[in-house]
Amino acid sequence: MTMDLSVSVGPLKLRNPLMAASGCFGYGVEYAEVVDLSTLGAVIVKGLFLAERDGHRPPRIVETPAGMLNAIGLQGIGVHRFIREKMPELRRLGAIVIVNICGTTVAEYAELARILSDVDGVAALELNISCPNIKEGGITFGCDLANTGAVVGAVRRATRLPIIPKLTPNVTDVASFARAAEDAGADAVSLVNTFLAMAIDVERRRPVLSNVVGGLSGPAIRPIAVRMVYDCARTVRIPVIGIGGIATSRDALEFIIAGATAVQVGTANFVDPFIWPKLLSGIEEYLVRHGVENVRDLVGSLDTGAASHAHESTPRCT
Amino acid sequence: MPIDVEAEILSNRRLSPDYNVLALAAPAVAADVEPGQFVMIRTADGLDPLLRRPFSVFEILRGADGTPTGFTILSKRVGAGTARLYAATPGDTLRCLGPLGRPFTLVDAPTDAWMVAGGVGLAPFATLAERLRARGCAVTLFYGARRAAELFAVDLFERLDVRVILATEDGSCGARGLITRPLAEELGRSQPDRPLMLYGCGPEPMLVAVSQLAAAHGRPSQLAMERVMGCGMGGCFSCVVRIRDAAGTARYVRSCIEGPVFRGEDVVWE
Repeated sequence: MTMDLSVSVGPLKLRNPLMAASGCFGYGVEYAEVVDLSTLGAVIVKGLFLAERDGHRPPRIVETPAGMLNAIGLQGIGVHRFIREKMPELRRLGAIVIVNICGTTVAEYAELARILSDVDGVAALELNISCPNIKEGGITFGCDLANTGAVVGAVRRATRLPIIPKLTPNVTDVASFARAAEDAGADAVSLVNTFLAMAIDVERRRPVLSNVVGGLSGPAIRPIAVRMVYDCARTVRIPVIGIGGIATSRDALEFIIAGATAVQVGTANFVDPFIWPKLLSGIEEYLVRHGVENVRDLVGSLDTGAASHAHESTPRCT
Repeated sequence: MPIDVEAEILSNRRLSPDYNVLALAAPAVAADVEPGQFVMIRTADGLDPLLRRPFSVFEILRGADGTPTGFTILSKRVGAGTARLYAATPGDTLRCLGPLGRPFTLVDAPTDAWMVAGGVGLAPFATLAERLRARGCAVTLFYGARRAAELFAVDLFERLDVRVILATEDGSCGARGLITRPLAEELGRSQPDRPLMLYGCGPEPMLVAVSQLAAAHGRPSQLAMERVMGCGMGGCFSCVVRIRDAAGTARYVRSCIEGPVFRGEDVVWE
């Protein structure tokens, strides 16, 4: 039996549902020695502004149980250097490139979208409206329904590329943000970005991170992320891309069964940069074992049975 | 090219209540690694600690015919990960990713090489000394620690005919105080027309002093910087060091792929 791992994220056809998460895979080229980038569903490059950015002072990360906090501050080379210095190699390597973009104004997102629309090899845009670590832009758009709609709408008018707003979990009802993105013309949504969090050095009574607070990622957040993906997938018709602590093929399948069309892997790639073929073969084995020929048939295949009633009766924050 | 190997722990020599040397069977990594490069080691199979830890390769282990069979790391117990390595049992395995990073640039005779080590910063200098001696360089090791009981492997350097200058903060061995004091004295005595390269690895205040002393005496330096590191591959941007480029612009650069060795004159201290 030949297993079909291909998925469609809106107009975007991917050879499999595994994407390297933005901010966790550099510009992709850093991993070319250890991963055949053309075997990934997509490579989502580190968030880019129009201009170069320096990011925060170190320390920028700290480990916590089954997870880590980061406050990098979106250090980046800016969109122009990215196009000039990184895109040629990404094209040569056959990567499906999704560019994560971030602005401090709605107009900056639209400008980035216009610039990237003309770049050969850019398959889609992920809109970073959820970075918890910068003062302006990012999460300030993703925590307000009207702002989310405004950013997505402006980018929609600026490009024909598929657009994927990346949602923050730091809101009461993430599904309403998925719907606002859908209504404004998004082709898909990805979630979750990191959870705003904090770690303190109790001996020195100082925050561990120079930015004081940071974003929590890793296996610690996975169950919350699965629930949020489940909520969003039930709320919108556009595809949902699941992110949050995936470290094994079982974890990826959990998101897919909850309703994710594709998944992103971030922190686990730090621990094991050779994780990708292991995840793929694990998903394949699962399909064989369950006699499912097509990974698309697993998307949202959760059997809630009697439990669904119980969930409906649980108050949902709106 | 880095590889990820399941390396058997061949031995665990506990040198003090904090320091240990782990010998790991990893022929492919050992054959490829250059002085100053590092490996990322998983200290637990589970999720806590989650991330790998960076370690300089300390010594290359060789079989009877000289073929590399593995390497050692010098570890200081400072947190959960290094505590696990301190307690590690021979026969168990550890996942090792490497070699990673840019190595030291080697010099040739008649350039002299002075290596300045503080504490666990000794680690990259055993392989560096070996390589430099093989190239005919006169090598000096300036090595500082808190106390005599925390000065390790001095004999290893003496066997390579490395001149060793020691300092301890409590004065229990060598000069009393920081190692940068004897370094300053020696720099003052060195002949300006004799070429010299300084190599540094250790606590950041020591590296600041080494780079400043080097600059004051018109000497080049190479510093192996230690940073909290997430991935070792350039993925996470956590291990940055502020570096001034040729045009004079200071930027954060990733020490895992553009370092960990930087030219002392390029580092902007924060």
